[in-house]
Amino acid sequence: MKLGLVIDLDTCVGCHACAVACKQWNTSGTSGPLTDYDPYGAEPAGVWFNRIRHYEVDEYPNSKTINAPMSCMHCEDAACVTVCPTGASYKREEDGIVLIDQDKCMGCNYCAWACPYGARELDRESGTMKKCTLCVDRIYDENLPEAERQPVCVLTCPSNARFFGDFDNPDSEVSQKVRERGGYAMMPEAGYQPTNKYLPPRQTPLVETHAEKAATTEKPVSQIQRWIAQQLARQS
Amino acid sequence: MHPAISVICFTLLSGAGYGLIILLCLDSAFDIGLVQVGLRQVVLGVVALVLITIGLLCSTFHLANRKNAWRAFFRFRTSWLSREGVFAVLLYPFALVWVFMVWSAAPMGVGIAAKIFAVLTVLLAIATLGSTGMIYACLKTIRQWNTALTPTNYLLLGLMLGALILLVGSSGKEATEKLALGLLAIACVSKLIYYYWIGHPAGPTINSALGFTRATVRLLDVGHGSGNFLTDEFGYELARTKLLWLRLISVVCAFFLPALLLVVVDRHIFTDSLAMVIAFGGVFVERWLFFAEARHVVNLYHGEQRT
Repeated sequence: MKLGLVIDLDTCVGCHACAVACKQWNTSGTSGPLTDYDPYGAEPAGVWFNRIRHYEVDEYPNSKTINAPMSCMHCEDAACVTVCPTGASYKREEDGIVLIDQDKCMGCNYCAWACPYGARELDRESGTMKKCTLCVDRIYDENLPEAERQPVCVLTCPSNARFFGDFDNPDSEVSQKVRERGGYAMMPEAGYQPTNKYLPPRQTPLVETHAEKAATTEKPVSQIQRWIAQQLARQS
Repeated sequence: MHPAISVICFTLLSGAGYGLIILLCLDSAFDIGLVQVGLRQVVLGVVALVLITIGLLCSTFHLANRKNAWRAFFRFRTSWLSREGVFAVLLYPFALVWVFMVWSAAPMGVGIAAKIFAVLTVLLAIATLGSTGMIYACLKTIRQWNTALTPTNYLLLGLMLGALILLVGSSGKEATEKLALGLLAIACVSKLIYYYWIGHPAGPTINSALGFTRATVRLLDVGHGSGNFLTDEFGYELARTKLLWLRLISVVCAFFLPALLLVVVDRHIFTDSLAMVIAFGGVFVERWLFFAEARHVVNLYHGEQRT
């Protein structure tokens, strides 16, 4: 199995609901708590497994806003695991999920240096590195209804932009979506073969602006017609 | 990258210590005549081990969870950080046996057994120093580090500082002065090549990072109100003019001033010591810049166009 996420950049509205749901679930999960520093102060900060950034692609008027949620890509060739000196970071044989053993981590930051996607964040309180677990404590939980055995970010997404599944199975939803929509990996040249894939925006015709619409639909008004209209308006 | 004082002190002090012990043991094994045989070798050997130990202790201050530091010896098959730890610890028994043998033979020269220990110490010291460089050089995420010049510079600067300590410790032997001058020149050339090499932009851009390679991409909003681990650790940035000034200061202090002092004043303990201290200051700035100038690719997601 090769479990991972597909994120649709066409439909993601950038609402940060996935990040909030992730924080809510995981702060009491296997790697929890996700410590917040100064949570009610002027500079609130803390540990998050999932961050959403917003970009503008191309120049106005052809520009488009892209919301890019990023969490651990669960890379096939995970450099964070290779560089870890303690063996705290590991990639599971059975499903490819990259995890950190919180009891072994010494907080040297080396894995975060090796990750190009910013997926790993040090928790200053526990002194250990923390990262997305792909909700490993949800997806195998037989006490949950089968439909809910998915990462919480996927379940929460209100615009249905996130999908979870097995990339090794060519008939899974994620494999089909990647095939049909040209799903791609971020920063492939880093060479870590990220499992998570992103679906590019669909090619749709541009929405006509008001000026363009006016230019094509309204008939030209002759000067005589305008003069008659003015006279009628004055008399009435 | 955030220049952490703990890591700077570690690479600086341990580097000088390993450089010193390499030169001392080479001298002992092959009778080069860099330092007077006997107690001077013992004292300098102890100085090297003290520098190494202080450096290694400094490195543990970089750990957020020091109680697990002992686990760092386990993954030497894949991790350069682990390899460095293993080599660093392995060096101690060999170096201590060599120091003891020199001490018991003083003031006479040592026998073949001590020479074997000296060679093994040299090999382990080179392996440790090389591993320290490889910790940084193996990271594909930071192009300023991902080069063979990184371990080369770690080795050369360590040897250079070691030679300057040796010069003071040997009260200015001519062969040692020549060696120090030679190493100053080689290390300087290597560092200048490094600065030239990192001057050329390369590697991923914001476009390839996000997969939009046919149009301009710019950050609209980073998604968080205040800093976080990623911005604290990787977001460190230095003004261009300040950076150039610091580069100049580091090159002048690390290489040119010590070389000038050695050439102009003919082997005087005061100028030799001054040259050593200035070189240490210069290499400290060099090491600080090594971190401050490194641009991690995660900055692309925070709006940088290229690293």
